[in-house]
Amino acid sequence: MSTEAILRAVDVRQVFVQRQGLLRKSEMVAVDGVSFNLAKGSTTALVGESGSGKTTLALILLGLRRPTSGDVLFEGNSLLRLRGRDQLALRRKMQVVFQDPYGSLQPRMTVGEALMEALQVHSIGQGRSERQDRAVEQLRQVGMSPETLKRYPHEFSGGQRQRIAIARSLVVEPSVLILDEPTSALDMSVQSQVLNLLTELQEQRELTYLLITHNLDVVGYMADQVLVMDKGQIVERGSVEAVMDTPQSEATRRLLGSLLSVNPSERRLAASH
Amino acid sequence: MSEETLLSVRDLRTYLDTPEGVVKAVDGVGFDVRAGRTLALVGESGSGKSMTALSIMQLLPEPAARIVEGSVKLDGRDLLDLTAKQMRELRGKRMGMIFQEPMTSLNPTFTVGYQLLEALKCHGGARRSGLGQEAVKLLQEVEIREPEAVLRKYPHELSGGMRQRVMIAIALANRPSLLIADEPTTALDVTIQAQILRLIKRLQGEHNMGVLLITHDLGVVNETADDVAVMYLGQIVEQGPVDAVLSAPAHPYTQALFASRASREHRGRVLPVIPGNVPGPHDWPPACRFHPRCPFRMDVCEKVTPEVSHLPDRTVRCHFVSPLEEEAKLEH
Amino acid sequence: MIGNLVATLLLVALGFAVRNALRTPLWAEAFRRMRRRPLVIGAGVILALFTTIAIADSYSWADGKNQPTKTVLDRVFERPQERTYSPPMAKLTTEASPKPLLATHILGTDGVGNDVFYRTLKGVRTAFLIGGLTTLTVLPIALLLGMLAGYLGRGVDDLIQYVYTVLDSIPGILLLIAMMMILGQGVPQLCIALGVTSWVGLCRLVRGETLKQRDREYVLAARALGLGAPRILMRHILPNLMPIVIISATLGFSRLVLAEAILSYLGVGVPEDVGSWGNMIEAARLELAREPVIWWNLVSASTALFLLVLALNIVGDALRDGIDPRLRSA
Repeated sequence: MSTEAILRAVDVRQVFVQRQGLLRKSEMVAVDGVSFNLAKGSTTALVGESGSGKTTLALILLGLRRPTSGDVLFEGNSLLRLRGRDQLALRRKMQVVFQDPYGSLQPRMTVGEALMEALQVHSIGQGRSERQDRAVEQLRQVGMSPETLKRYPHEFSGGQRQRIAIARSLVVEPSVLILDEPTSALDMSVQSQVLNLLTELQEQRELTYLLITHNLDVVGYMADQVLVMDKGQIVERGSVEAVMDTPQSEATRRLLGSLLSVNPSERRLAASH
Repeated sequence: MSEETLLSVRDLRTYLDTPEGVVKAVDGVGFDVRAGRTLALVGESGSGKSMTALSIMQLLPEPAARIVEGSVKLDGRDLLDLTAKQMRELRGKRMGMIFQEPMTSLNPTFTVGYQLLEALKCHGGARRSGLGQEAVKLLQEVEIREPEAVLRKYPHELSGGMRQRVMIAIALANRPSLLIADEPTTALDVTIQAQILRLIKRLQGEHNMGVLLITHDLGVVNETADDVAVMYLGQIVEQGPVDAVLSAPAHPYTQALFASRASREHRGRVLPVIPGNVPGPHDWPPACRFHPRCPFRMDVCEKVTPEVSHLPDRTVRCHFVSPLEEEAKLEH
Repeated sequence: MIGNLVATLLLVALGFAVRNALRTPLWAEAFRRMRRRPLVIGAGVILALFTTIAIADSYSWADGKNQPTKTVLDRVFERPQERTYSPPMAKLTTEASPKPLLATHILGTDGVGNDVFYRTLKGVRTAFLIGGLTTLTVLPIALLLGMLAGYLGRGVDDLIQYVYTVLDSIPGILLLIAMMMILGQGVPQLCIALGVTSWVGLCRLVRGETLKQRDREYVLAARALGLGAPRILMRHILPNLMPIVIISATLGFSRLVLAEAILSYLGVGVPEDVGSWGNMIEAARLELAREPVIWWNLVSASTALFLLVLALNIVGDALRDGIDPRLRSA
């Protein structure tokens, strides 16, 4: 893991304006001056309660929403200033995997069509058969067979769909992967499979992960850097040890206080056994 | 605190008719829920835990699902023998239920107050006056500040945590002795989850209720339950007090679930994985349903279905943990 | 000749569409559910019957150089014209050539002596033609405008909503009559008029569904991939709209059939010489006042209309039930 920052958010602000009646307007600040760096090859965890602004921030980083002010720099280039082909090239470098049960897959498109589309848009590979080979290879790397290409997402279990979604994101060879609650919708026994896959892929390809989650166990397992968000701001940042052992902010303490242990001798809630 | 048995389930079997065949979603499940104690039914998708709860409440999707065998006794009366009308009288009065999605369990077109009063009127009898006060008290019990204001609100005006509190208030409106909670905190934010679990625990203590908690989260089990039943593909594979089962799981499946959990302790290491996948509803293995994925599998495991056997501190369904008597004799 | 070719192409296209649909689990499951209900099977049989009649009426050829072209239906069911009314099951007064199967007018004849049964059957093709052509013109317009309004939002959405709200504010039937009076009578004109007045409903539906799909995660992921709006609309959103659109189109078809009948009844529908139930009912209107009452003309046309619309509605509703994910077993 190198120390250069591959992705930088610089004072990003997102303000939503709503009209209340004819004359009044109300402002809601979803993201309030957020800055951070992601080091190449590292895993950064973005934690916070719902409403803290982490989802909005993710959309901004991906270029799916324009911030009110501030900038996002990828390898030094401003994401917001790019258009057309340059923007497309940049999009290729940053991909996303969502948590919804279909894992960002279009339910009426076969897996093959989805993968081929990704390759086609970015003109990767010469011709159909080379693209197909790449798709098959990518599926193999996530542990899925070539037959997967012909099938529809709903024919697979949640864990398999998540793996397919990861394959679709990785087939365009991104450098940064944003993962929105990648294991929350998965069964317990499947979570470890997906996490192992993610760490393995990260080592192989020197991927940078931004992990958005409220699952502090996963954060403890995987994160190199933890960012705690509350009410649109980053209220604490640091290593896993620093943030989880010596929390400085109220928000962090709240999150840690709600952590449930699986060890009977370490119960946190008011035990009345 | 009395620990009488409120709910007694024995050998419950619920089968699902699908175009591809019959799925034995609940296959021989038995447990007790006692007053003042919480039993957690924990399992992954396809384990049958939700189906078990629906069977008890008799809210199964008919005609596809049917209870083919077993008894579900509430206060000694078998619920499966009751008519629909009798069942309706029990629901809400003796048995309260809360579900996973408070947004869809509450009617979006009626105010909170309306729905709460509806619950009170339904079982409460003729006391028309004073119901308003009753409603306010219920909301206070679930720790809602400004209950009068909340009574006038619609579900969509409240946060997820508030809605869940309202649902708990409605479920407890008629002081049931048994509360069935189906994934009550899964859809909630992690900080709210802790608050709701504490609330349920507190209310349980105050009213000496028995709680049947359905969940997929081992952390929830540990922090809220007194007893736990681990389900896999329609059967309970291990059951006993939480302290015993979670500190030293006996069944290979339970052990594997624990071992595969991500945590700080595992940093930098590959997580242990249960080999294979949870089979689809029509691909269940014969005999012991876990045997293809079990590190301790023996020949007998794919031939003979393990029965529930009683150990000093729990029950398990496993040939390895509790070998068949004939096998044990052979070894000697 | 051209007519035959077009008919064949349509049939082949329809065949392909149905075959591909049955391959997808969504429609296969829906069909399986529909097959179980006797009412739906009955409605399906009626629809199949009507479709066969329409097909039979679409293939025509001439026997000789200066002979009129006759369709398959004509050859089987046409009876010689009588001088005036005759009741059902009346025998032919003239010798027909070629000899028809039954030498009777099964449902009698109307005021000018035409065989009522034959005229009723001729109305089927008109109904299908109007319903089909109009739907084919309405569908692209409604889909395009609905998707654009739903996906692009803001100015485009406001504009499109303004257009269809204004259009919708004009009483439908009056607008139809006005258009027909300007355009004149005829099948293509009727299709245009009906098209203009019936795209709004579908457009609204498409817009609503597009709004729903637009914020789904798979659309966000597609945008993150770098896909442009046209591609997202065509390959991601449209396929997820199709079930709703198809159901709406099926039910809309029945409305169109009825509309044609009403307009023809009012005299602004298809011309007199084209077979149409509306025309038959219009002619039958006066007959009811006669003594003895001439009822078979009216009953025949009304029954045919009723059966077709009923069958379409039953099948349309069954399709909707079949597709509803909440009723799915999985």
